[in-house]
Amino acid sequence: MAVEVRAGATTQPVADPVILRVEDVYKHFPTGGVGGEVVRAVDGVSIEVRRGETLGLVGESGCGKSTLARLITQLQPATAGRVMFNGEDLTQLSGARMRRMRRQMQMIFQDPFASLDPRMTVGEIIAEPIDNFGVARGRARQQRIQELLRLVGLNPNFTNRYPHEFSGGQRQRIGIARALAPNPTFIVCDEPVSALDVSIQAQIINLLQDLQREFHLTYLFIAHDLAVVRHLSNRVAVMYLGKVVEVADRTDIYTSPQHPYTRALLSSIPVPDPDVESGREPILLQGEIPSPVNPPSGCRFHTRCPIARVPGACSETEPDLEPHGRPNQQAACHFAGQEIG
Amino acid sequence: MATLLRIEDLKTQFFTSRGIVQAVDGVSLHVDEGETIGVVGESGCGKTMTALSVLRLVPDPGRIVGGHIWFRDRDVTTMDPDQIREFRGNDVAMIFQDPMTSLNPVTRVGIQIEEAMTAHERFSPKDALGRVIPLLQRVRIPAAERRKEDYPHQFSGGMRQRAMIAMGLANEPSLLIADEPTTALDVTVQAQIITLLKQLNRELGTAIMLITHNMALVASICSRVVVMYAGRVVEEGPVHQIFKSPQHPYTWSLLRSVPRVDEVRRSRLVSITGLPPDLVRLPPGCKFHPRCAFREDRCSEEEPPLGEVDTNQVARCWVLMRNVPQEAARELEAVTVPHDVAEELKSMPDLEEAADGS
Repeated sequence: MAVEVRAGATTQPVADPVILRVEDVYKHFPTGGVGGEVVRAVDGVSIEVRRGETLGLVGESGCGKSTLARLITQLQPATAGRVMFNGEDLTQLSGARMRRMRRQMQMIFQDPFASLDPRMTVGEIIAEPIDNFGVARGRARQQRIQELLRLVGLNPNFTNRYPHEFSGGQRQRIGIARALAPNPTFIVCDEPVSALDVSIQAQIINLLQDLQREFHLTYLFIAHDLAVVRHLSNRVAVMYLGKVVEVADRTDIYTSPQHPYTRALLSSIPVPDPDVESGREPILLQGEIPSPVNPPSGCRFHTRCPIARVPGACSETEPDLEPHGRPNQQAACHFAGQEIG
Repeated sequence: MATLLRIEDLKTQFFTSRGIVQAVDGVSLHVDEGETIGVVGESGCGKTMTALSVLRLVPDPGRIVGGHIWFRDRDVTTMDPDQIREFRGNDVAMIFQDPMTSLNPVTRVGIQIEEAMTAHERFSPKDALGRVIPLLQRVRIPAAERRKEDYPHQFSGGMRQRAMIAMGLANEPSLLIADEPTTALDVTVQAQIITLLKQLNRELGTAIMLITHNMALVASICSRVVVMYAGRVVEEGPVHQIFKSPQHPYTWSLLRSVPRVDEVRRSRLVSITGLPPDLVRLPPGCKFHPRCAFREDRCSEEEPPLGEVDTNQVARCWVLMRNVPQEAARELEAVTVPHDVAEELKSMPDLEEAADGS
C-alpha cells in the first residue's frame, strides 16, 4: 500500500498516517420476509482515511454510504469485517475503551431538524458530549460551550434557546459545535449540506474547511453531490450498490475516471456555465439502481453499464478493486479506463 | 417569437395570524412560445407561488391580490371556474418535485393518464385510450404496453416523474411548468429527466418554465433566466449573459457559492451571510441589502427599480457588480472562523485527558 509521507511528518512521531482502516466490512439487514432474504447494504467494503485528509464518499441513494458511516462510528454493528481506528478494532471494543475511542470520532448528520433534541436547549445539546466524556466542569464547561458557539458563528448568549428558534443553517452549526465539543480528531460528515439552501450550503462548507485547518481534523465526507465532494476532498471513493467501485485522488477521479459508473456520474452533473454545458452530453445510464436484496451477478453495475460485455466477464465474475490509471487510483472493473461511446 | 405568457405586477399574499406574507410582490415576467426559461431562487423567494398563481392554484390562506397573468390574449386572473379548468392541462401543465404525491396511489398509471385527457374532452374516450401508450413511449418508459397497467408504487422515482410528464403532456399544452422536477431524484436519473425535457422542448415545441434552486440546471437547459429574491425579480436576462456578467450581487453570489464539478476552485466559496428576510416584515429599501456585501447608504432607504443594465438584461440594484472593485469582491472569500476563539478552545484544559495522566 502506498504511504504518503507529508512534508514535516518526520518531525512528529506519528506512527501510522492512516487513522481509519475499514477492512472488508459487511452489513446485511434481514428483510423480515420468508426465505431469510437480506438487504446487502454494505457488501465487502475496504477503505482507509489518512490523518488530516478529507476522504469524500459519493454514491446515489441506496449505495450504502450512510450505512457505512454508521458502521464506522459503531452506531450499528457490522455483520462482518473490521473497523481499525488508531490501530484498534472498534468492532471488538466494549465499555470504557469504546467510549474513549468514540470521543475521538464524532458525527455530523444530514437533517439538522431531526438530529437535535427539540426539548433540549442549545447549551444542553452542546454540554451533553462535554459531560459524557468528562471534558470540563463548572465555569470551564460553561465557557467552553460559549466558545464553541462563537467558533461556529453563533451568538454565545444563545445557550438558553431551543432548536426550533433557529434556521436550518444555524441548526447545522449547532450540530457542528456539538461534534467539536469533545475535541475529536475524526469527524464523519453524513450529507451535512444537502438539506440546506445554496447560499447556506456555502457557509457550512467554508466553516467545515476552516475548522479542519484550525483543529487538524480528519473528515470522512459523505455526499451525493460530486461537485461539493470535489471541492472539499483530498481523495474520493465512489460507491455503487454496497461496494466501492473506484477510489482516487480528487483530481484524478475527475480528470481520469476509470470506472464507467464514475464517468456516468460525473457527466450527469450539470455545470453552472452555459458555454461549457452546450458542449456537454451526459452518459445516460439505462434504468435505475437494482435492488440490494438481489444484486446482479458478476459486476453489480453490468445491468446499466454502457461498456459491459454480457454474457461474458461482466455478468459472470465480480471484479476486484485493483490499481488502474494514476498512482493512487483503484477501480473495480474488468474494462477499467475504456472509453464510452 | 410571440409571447405566450405575460405576468404583470403579480402580487400573491397569504393572510396568516402572523400578518400578511408577501409571497409574490410585484413580479413581472414573460415566456415566449417554445422557450425554456429558468426561474431561480432559494426557498421562500416566491418562485413556486408565482407558478401556482399562473395556474390559479395558490393554496389557502393565499390569494392573488393584484396584477395580471396574460396567456396569449386571455387574463388568467379573471377566468371563471369553467374557463380555468379548461386552461389547466390544455394550455399549461405543471409537474412537481415529488411525483408520488401528485399521482393517485390506487389507480393504474395508464388510467390516470387517460383520465387527464377525458377530463378535458379534448380527445374522445377512444382516442384518449389510444394515446396512452404513445405518451408513455414519448417519455421513454420501456415496455409501455405492460407498464401502463402498473400502480404508481410499482414505478421507481424516475419512472414516476416520467409518468407525470406524460400526464402533463397529454393534452398538448403550450407551456410546461416544472417545479424542481429533479430535486428528489438521484444524479444519474436527474440527467435522464433533464435530457427528456430538452428533447420534448425540441420535438414538440412545448415552452418550459423550469423552477429551481440549481444554477447548473438552468445553464444546461434554459435560454433565459429570472432570478427571484423575497418575492420579486432581482435580475433577468439571457443565460449566457447572466452567467458571464451577473450585475445583481445576489445573482453574483449565488453563482460563486456553488462548487463546480469540472474544475477545482482555488478560492473559497462565496457565502451569503445571514438569512432571507421575513416576508411578513420586509426590510426597507432593497430587500437584499441586509445580506449584501456591497451595499451603500441608499440601499437601505430606497428600493431600486428593475433597470436595464445591458441588452435584454435587467437588474434591481443601485450598485451593480460592474461598479464593485475586484478587491471588495474577493474579500467575501475571507476565512470566517475566528482564529483567536479556536486558539482559546485548544488551550482549555481537558479534564479527562488530565485524569488519564497520559
